[in-house]
Amino acid sequence: MTDATPFTRPKYVGTPVRRLEDPRLLTGRGRYAADIQLPRMAHLAIVRSDQAHARIIGIDTDEARALPGVIGVFSAADFAHVPDIRAPSRMPNYQATSCPVLARDVVRYVGEPVVAIVAVSRYIAEDAAALIDVDYDPLDVAVAAREASDPAAPRLHEDLESNTVFTRRFSAGDCAAAMDAAANTVSGQFRLTRKTSMSTEPRAYVAEHDVGKDVLTLYGSTNVPGIVRDAIGRLLELGGNRFHVVAPDVGGSFGGKGSLYPEEVIVSDLARRLERPVKYVADRMEELTSGSQAFGEEVEATLAFDDDGRFIALDADILGDVGAYSIYPWTAALEPVQVAGFMPGPYRIPHFSATVRGVCTPKPPTGPYRGVGRPMAVFALERLVDKAASRLGIPPAEMRRRNLVNAEEFPHRTGSGIVWDRSGFQECLAAACSAVDLTALQAEKASRTDKWVGVGIASYAELTGIGSRIAVAPGMPMNTGTETAAVRIDSTGAVSAVFALASHGQSLETTLAQIVAEELGIRPRDVAVVQGDTALAPHGTGTYASRSAVIGGGAATNAARALAVKVKRVAATLFGVDPSDVQTGDGDIFVPGTNHSIDFPELARLVYSDMSTLPQEARETLEVQETYDPVFGTTTSSTHVAVVEIDPETLHTSLRQLVVSEDCGKLINPLVVEGQVHGGVAQGIGVALLEELKFDDAGQPITATLADYLVPTSAEVPDIDVVHVETELPDNPGGFRGMGEGGTIGAPAAIANAVADAVAHLGVEVNSLPITPNKLHALIAAASRQEGQE
Amino acid sequence: MTGKARITLTVNGEPFEAEVEPRMLAADFLRDELGLTGTHVGCEHGVCGTCTIMMNGVSARSCLMLAVQLDGAEVQTVEGLGTIRDMHRIQEAFHEHHALQCGFCTPGFLMTVCDILESLPLRTDAEIRDALSGNICRCTGYDHIVKAVRTLVDERDGAAS
Repeated sequence: MTDATPFTRPKYVGTPVRRLEDPRLLTGRGRYAADIQLPRMAHLAIVRSDQAHARIIGIDTDEARALPGVIGVFSAADFAHVPDIRAPSRMPNYQATSCPVLARDVVRYVGEPVVAIVAVSRYIAEDAAALIDVDYDPLDVAVAAREASDPAAPRLHEDLESNTVFTRRFSAGDCAAAMDAAANTVSGQFRLTRKTSMSTEPRAYVAEHDVGKDVLTLYGSTNVPGIVRDAIGRLLELGGNRFHVVAPDVGGSFGGKGSLYPEEVIVSDLARRLERPVKYVADRMEELTSGSQAFGEEVEATLAFDDDGRFIALDADILGDVGAYSIYPWTAALEPVQVAGFMPGPYRIPHFSATVRGVCTPKPPTGPYRGVGRPMAVFALERLVDKAASRLGIPPAEMRRRNLVNAEEFPHRTGSGIVWDRSGFQECLAAACSAVDLTALQAEKASRTDKWVGVGIASYAELTGIGSRIAVAPGMPMNTGTETAAVRIDSTGAVSAVFALASHGQSLETTLAQIVAEELGIRPRDVAVVQGDTALAPHGTGTYASRSAVIGGGAATNAARALAVKVKRVAATLFGVDPSDVQTGDGDIFVPGTNHSIDFPELARLVYSDMSTLPQEARETLEVQETYDPVFGTTTSSTHVAVVEIDPETLHTSLRQLVVSEDCGKLINPLVVEGQVHGGVAQGIGVALLEELKFDDAGQPITATLADYLVPTSAEVPDIDVVHVETELPDNPGGFRGMGEGGTIGAPAAIANAVADAVAHLGVEVNSLPITPNKLHALIAAASRQEGQE
Repeated sequence: MTGKARITLTVNGEPFEAEVEPRMLAADFLRDELGLTGTHVGCEHGVCGTCTIMMNGVSARSCLMLAVQLDGAEVQTVEGLGTIRDMHRIQEAFHEHHALQCGFCTPGFLMTVCDILESLPLRTDAEIRDALSGNICRCTGYDHIVKAVRTLVDERDGAAS
């Protein structure tokens, strides 16, 4: 070894490499599912239920069938050969719902697919849809979850015992006794209303059947192609060698494209039956009324603490409004049970108890959404922490410092059974608070009269990169804990890395290329990351739950490392040196300080084509496939601080400052990490201030356009400061922690606490999000009425 | 539908003649008839800005227009802005600042930026945020988009960035 080595490591991991997927997306040359046009392609339109709960008396399709250009009209009876979608669970007392791909006999939410129409153009398919007459006999509805949970409420599924489809209890220590003995308690009833992920790309699917080869391909805007392949393969009795799911460029998901949808089954089946490609593109109203929805939860919780502010016990009762059907594969337990799971947060709380119930209501199914369970848990707990701090007159930051798990206390097992590994709980709190001048803000708060100023803090921890020992969705009998990377050098010397992941904005084509390049000694742009195609990877579930960097990145690290060993062994034989003397970097394979140097194309030629230079046993297979399983998961921690100003006249809340400190382990690409945090926080702002799906008493959605369902624009989102904190790296190959969801987990609670701080002088509390000007007005009016009565 | 209308227009410098149903959306015409799928459709009711194109030098929502309204127009879509080998400066700035993630809203933002760089002073970041507020992005939180536009404005105005 000489000091002349021109390469220093790490060279690519940790640097702001510009994204490799950008050029095509910036120039309109990307390929999203809706962009796909195929010869003889037919178009699907769907007639959806306009009733929340009703019996189907009859469907008149005659006029529609007679319309020129209509190829076929299909209702439930035409899909009798397709089993209902059922999401099984290992959870005791769990009742699975049966969801037909088209409603059979009964409709259970406005937006449920009832009739499928295929025509030569989307325009004609929609003309035909308008000619279809569905005769409904309305049934009673219990729209609110609490109402539906009443045993006397109208039952949504006649084959189930009740609308409550699961109940689960958590207990650690002796919560009741500890509560009774505690010097202080604070309580609250907290609520996150329903929202939706609202990716800018509506869902789109194109199915194509190669009749000659009998191969069916579904191109779809999904972030879980492997799950969709396995599920539809089962429903339609197709093996994975005859049925492929391809996720092309996908325009965001945030969870909304992470479940199996009836439309995916319908286009797949119809493409085979009709022997022509079938395309379906959802419009925005369909997205807002039939895409999976988020939250819809109420939490009643009490926190007990001693006179020094040390937490003693936490009790929570959680009610989840899961909608009409238990979503596949995650089940109805996905959101509400994880609220309980993450309820104890990053704090030491010796005694914990929680009860969680999931209740079916005549609304679209809830499903995964960025943060799953954590935004609700963090909102409820962090509000309680602030209330406790206020009770004792302890500053909110100090209250958290006293209770956060300290560095020497890891691993820490929470009352719900989650084990936190070492992560920067205290470090993130300190970093975020030092980025904000809390003292100056307190002074400003006291002196300002034109605006109500408030500061809010939220600390949280989350489990990311979850391995095979933990179900990503509680009780779900499916392995989501492994991913596989196959890294190969072909006969031109080019490197491909194949994954079952499915990037939909996460920049995996860049970050995974950085990892492979780093380990193999080439440049990121020389790595073709191939993903989102089930034909190319035998197993893998996709990109969700902050798992791809940890699990996919772990597999990439291991596979590329193992391939580098082979490369060095081949080169060592060629050079007549020991493999440990060989190095690689920027595409060269060399021995430092010598003139031994070849490049990857030359290596490939020697191995694949030149059958004389190397002995046969030295011609290694230049391909490595590695599956990585983190077994458990790794802890990402963070603190968000929000500063808000509320206009006393309009009650408009504007965000002045938002600071995020996070410990996500080693950064693969700081630009990408910042982008993920910014985007997550923007959605958290939506949760806190804007986004709400509303339903009337009959279960009719009243937020079916983007003029009613408000999402943050550039004018509502402030500059976001991101402070990276790196403590001990987690025990996984790359030292990565997941961070794709965190922004949405912390921001709602931080903003809620900031708004609560700003209006505390009015005797108003913030217990339900979003906190809109209208709601704030109602709270202030109620508080002043109460004051008047006293 | 009865009757088709004949339209003549220029898209990205290329002349086109077409027969279209009067009800056909401009966005569908560009995407499905001309195969210019870089213009995306996000809401079909004029809120999200994803389908923004330049028409006769000003930005327009192609989901709120009919193809027949493009008759005689000079249209520019994202495909006409720059190519992968030779990106437009606006595209480069988005690339440098990581101002896109999933990329679906990006063409709409790029076309809006074409317009506002020509038409607005954009002296402060608040003015940039206001000018961009008709385009929804769900991935980036806008921060990097604002930085990219700030860079472009500074270059336009000859200010040191």
